[in-house]
Amino acid sequence: MGGIAEYELVEGDDGGNVLVLSGPFLVSTIGQVDHDLRALDGQITKVDLSAISEIDTVGAWVACSISREFNADLTGASPRAERLIEALKDTGSKEEIGAPRLPVFERVPEAIGQKMLNARKGVYGVVGFLGALLLSIGSLIRHPKRFRWLALVRQLELVGISALPIVGLMSFLIGIVIAQQGAVQLAQFGAETLTVNLVGRITLRELGVLMTAIMVAGRSGSAFAAQIGTMRLTEEVDAMQTIGISPMEALVVPRIMAAVLMMPLLGFYAAAVAIIGGAVVGQFMLGIPFWTFLSRIQDVVPIYDLWVGLLKAPVFGLIVALAGCYHGMQVKGNSEDVGLRTTMAVVTGIFAVIVIDAFFAVFFTKVGWA
Amino acid sequence: MAQDETGRQLERHERFRGEYPIEVEGLTNRFGDQVIHQDLDLKVRRGEILGVVGGSGTGKSVLMRSIIGLQHPAEGDIRVFGRSVVGTDPEQDIGIRNRWGVLFQGGALFSTLTVGENVEVPLKQFYPEIDAELRHEIARYKTILSGLPEEAVSKYPSELSGGMKKRAGLARALALDPELLFLDEPTAGLDPIGAAAFDNLTRELKETLGLTVFLITHDLDTLHEICDRVAVLADKKVIAVDTVPNLMELDHPWIQEYFNGPRGRAALTAQALDELRSHMDKPLAANVVKALDKPPAGKA
Repeated sequence: MGGIAEYELVEGDDGGNVLVLSGPFLVSTIGQVDHDLRALDGQITKVDLSAISEIDTVGAWVACSISREFNADLTGASPRAERLIEALKDTGSKEEIGAPRLPVFERVPEAIGQKMLNARKGVYGVVGFLGALLLSIGSLIRHPKRFRWLALVRQLELVGISALPIVGLMSFLIGIVIAQQGAVQLAQFGAETLTVNLVGRITLRELGVLMTAIMVAGRSGSAFAAQIGTMRLTEEVDAMQTIGISPMEALVVPRIMAAVLMMPLLGFYAAAVAIIGGAVVGQFMLGIPFWTFLSRIQDVVPIYDLWVGLLKAPVFGLIVALAGCYHGMQVKGNSEDVGLRTTMAVVTGIFAVIVIDAFFAVFFTKVGWA
Repeated sequence: MAQDETGRQLERHERFRGEYPIEVEGLTNRFGDQVIHQDLDLKVRRGEILGVVGGSGTGKSVLMRSIIGLQHPAEGDIRVFGRSVVGTDPEQDIGIRNRWGVLFQGGALFSTLTVGENVEVPLKQFYPEIDAELRHEIARYKTILSGLPEEAVSKYPSELSGGMKKRAGLARALALDPELLFLDEPTAGLDPIGAAAFDNLTRELKETLGLTVFLITHDLDTLHEICDRVAVLADKKVIAVDTVPNLMELDHPWIQEYFNGPRGRAALTAQALDELRSHMDKPLAANVVKALDKPPAGKA
């Protein structure tokens, strides 16, 4: 006997085949014998359980299914086996374990269609969300007492102040890379000194704000989505509404305002640090003294480059924060949805920022701020 | 590995035959300065349903988490199936995790898997040699055995009600035909009918499968109806382990308040009525039941 479940086919008294099961018929020992029993064919009139040493529901289940399949009688069951078999009597089922799944040729078109519908719903949703946001801001202007200054200050700190180190480091390195790579190319024309123009204009006009927007999307847009999404899961948002607090005013407006206010500051700061990075390269690699580099910036960068950057920044902030808050408010169901929505908030935020940036580039060139 | 009473390691097909599947000795749990348990002792007998009661914050769940190895105690020893679980890594196979099933308070179902797939998780983990076909069959009958309709097998947890989630959690806890079942407040948040049904299910499963049940509860009806013994947690210790009638004799303020308070009395009366109803053939019992079923005016 020992620890192995076994079976044997013997001829019974009445001429029919008897399947004798022996050993422990437990979930821990049944794997092999179940496999073999399923391959069995022929005639079986009786299943003898008397040699089974231990049995649990899995063993009883296997014995039952065998007897059902061959229309055989179960004999020699111990009281415990008897009891288990009785308990399992009405538990047969053919239900699929997995969730229903269509064949590929139906599933793929359906998924594409679903994506299109979702995209439309998403556009409507975001537009509706923007409208609700404007209404909330309107009502806050009429009732300024309801405005949550503390929440705004808190978000200003989270979005702006605490982003300073990482945005600064990133911009400094970008400034270095632009200056160094630019200098290598410009040297072919003997125009290393134009590195100043390159660094100054590209950072103030484009990269300072764009990279900051990407960083804010990663840092704050994702945080907005996750925070609001978790609050939706724990029904905090519902609780707010029943108390009469508008989640729009309490959660969304401070976050969006914080991003809109902080983005120009962060963008300008990023551009400034990038220029310093460029100046460091100038000092050590190009032979342009640090202070000369900085004073040259004044001469070679037109002031409208600064305005271009500063005008784009709040729009980028709005887009990034809107994506974060919108996806946060869309969370429902389970914790997996929070992760999904957070990812979507960052991806759509960054994507929209880059698309809008392209429009801005064309627009500002057309109005003569080239 | 699990051991029998003589310290011999059990083979995977052998059941635990010792007297106490759970032995807790001198358990001390601390969170920072806050002492939850101090020198706590508890033994659970094989084949009983042990109810664990105590006020909020007395560490009932912490005790359970200590026993199943999720909480490392500051001091003391905990043996489950004769094997110490103190200081073991929850991810390491120590040969006893396939002998217990745990139902967490909220069900703790894996939200990305259907109910059936949830039940299959422990089977796949411990017995990968089992054919997929048998595994699916096991998942189906365990789900039905736990009192769920068969359609529930392919549903995701988010599509289930609170009571159904608990039953699905129970199905997963029973997946490996465990010898020991931990239930953390199984009837909390269920309606009275659902709670009574769950109690019945627990008792039936215990009797059919020969389970030992460690049951944390606040539900006085559960205590009266199905618990063989009740352990009372108070003053950082288990202050008493006994049957409910014996506990009610004890002269401890919390125990008196708990069992002899209005709710405790109501649960007791309900149980006494049930008991009487089974003797309706005797005239005295019938009269008492009639009198109690129609309370005099002005009294609820």
